[in-house]
Amino acid sequence: MRARRGTETRTVVTGVIGADCHIVGNRILQMALEEAGFKVVPLGIMVAQEEFVKAAIETDADAVLVSSLYGQGELDCQGLRDKFEEAGLGRIHLVVGGNLVVGKQEWAEVERRFLAMGFDRAYPPGIDLRRVIEDLRRDLGAPARDG
Amino acid sequence: MGDRELWLFIDFGSTFTKVVAIDPATETIRARVQAPTTVSTDITEGLGAALRLLEREVGAGATYARKLACSSAAGGLRMVTVGLVPDLTSEAARLAALGAGAKVVGTFSYKLPASDLARIKDLSPDLILLAGGTDGGNEEVILQNARGLAALDLAAPLIVAGNRVVADEAAAILRAGGKEPVVADNVMPEFGRLSVEPVRERIREIFITHIVKAKGLQAAERFVEGILMPTPNAVLNAAVLLADGCPGEPGLGELVVLDVGGATTDVHSVARGAPTDAGAVVKGLHEPYAKRTVEGDLGVRSNLWNVVEAMGAQAPPADPEISPHAFRAILERFARDVTTTPESAEEAAVDAALAGIAAGQAMRRHAGSLEVFYSPQGPLSVIRGKDLRGVKLVVGTGGPLVFSPFRSRILREALFAPADRASLRPVDPRLCVDSEYTMFAFGLLGELDSKLAVRMLKRYCRPMDEGTGNGR
Repeated sequence: MRARRGTETRTVVTGVIGADCHIVGNRILQMALEEAGFKVVPLGIMVAQEEFVKAAIETDADAVLVSSLYGQGELDCQGLRDKFEEAGLGRIHLVVGGNLVVGKQEWAEVERRFLAMGFDRAYPPGIDLRRVIEDLRRDLGAPARDG
Repeated sequence: MGDRELWLFIDFGSTFTKVVAIDPATETIRARVQAPTTVSTDITEGLGAALRLLEREVGAGATYARKLACSSAAGGLRMVTVGLVPDLTSEAARLAALGAGAKVVGTFSYKLPASDLARIKDLSPDLILLAGGTDGGNEEVILQNARGLAALDLAAPLIVAGNRVVADEAAAILRAGGKEPVVADNVMPEFGRLSVEPVRERIREIFITHIVKAKGLQAAERFVEGILMPTPNAVLNAAVLLADGCPGEPGLGELVVLDVGGATTDVHSVARGAPTDAGAVVKGLHEPYAKRTVEGDLGVRSNLWNVVEAMGAQAPPADPEISPHAFRAILERFARDVTTTPESAEEAAVDAALAGIAAGQAMRRHAGSLEVFYSPQGPLSVIRGKDLRGVKLVVGTGGPLVFSPFRSRILREALFAPADRASLRPVDPRLCVDSEYTMFAFGLLGELDSKLAVRMLKRYCRPMDEGTGNGR
């Protein structure tokens, strides 16, 4: 990943990890990101870890946003950071969000586990996408956009 | 009759130089002859021999108003393709080269280490396709690979078809190294989307301007108007014309052309390949509408032992009358001489069995696949590649198929099999044969008169009936 100038468009990869085929939320996320001026590489549903890595290499992505809704996210996400390390993209910005774990668990604890797994940010269900985009802009040093 | 104006179409093949004479007024094939290709001495010797045979068939008074050729002689168009990620831009580059009729002798990915560069030099390709990065994507790898290739002691022309942001910079690096690069549109402008047509066009231009001369074929251009394309490209053109037709002359719709040869087996599908299962998840690249694959290890003569190996325990499946000993003896006779044609009923049966295996394997590798996953939401179908189950026409070509009494049996080996549901091959198509083995000629004819080419393709691709193939 090369250093980007402040005004340059940031490329982000999105997708629903594992055997999960919930597409609607992911499409909304894609639209919101595009609206906010990001270039989105949407991988859709049932995305394997390797697919995220390959797409990020080819498109020189700045960040990867992983979604999961079906409760298996914790299993599916294990080792993802290592795979990016292995592919030479160890410093890529990794974000995860959705219904990440089964049952009622304390969010702070869930977040801690995902950050320990190597994600830079983790978001609980029902998060306001405006906040996700604001964080992403700040984290990537991306330009703000009017409208 | 002899005074008629005829059009000639010539294929300088690796083994035979084939000449087809077409009468454009009556829209018929007047003659098809062949003589051994003479590329190691002078390509025009074999052509001359073929033309003398032709004269015997059509009489001395004929005039040849148009003369177009294609070629796969002298090793064909040998290409090396370079991309970034193996199943992304590397695969896109490979598909683009295959679609242009090339023989892909090497596919490389990521930053090329010194060992890969040395390997490319050893392969000594006719043409190199350098891709990598989506538009606006990775810049570093294609630039580094351009530097590596620029320093390589290799005269082959190059096409740069990667990330457009740095394509010109990559070309400049190559030019500074004394190379002749041409820039084309990216083979994968956006993630997962292929754009192979612009590269195919550049490949064809370079074939005409550089490759024909580099291979010592230009002597033939004293006689022919031009050697326009590699032979597999002419066959793919014919397949597209037959499927799509042209303005004023409808085609037959989506189809697959299967070309079984002595050294390789080619499959051309002209079909969108959209999933026929409602709700199936499609993964991987969206493959080209006109897709060609070539199986370099599947042929019924020079690659005969590979095919026998693929038969496995089934051998000999052709005929229970043939003893394993006789079967082996026939195989050995075929293997000794690549130009051997079957001489007895037993040999024809063995030949057909080999062709059937080659056809089945080649089609399995060409067609997409289906996997069923059991997710928490129930079973899910995941499709990769082209779903060809709905294709309604399969056309067979290639000597071992066209001239076989068992040709419909051979083609049926290439179809969907209930025991192998994962392979998305045509389920219930009509089977046709390139009856005069002249498909390449119609592909070239399309360059002159596409309506005539479509009409003649429709006339000469004939429905197949078991047992009638023996009349030739």
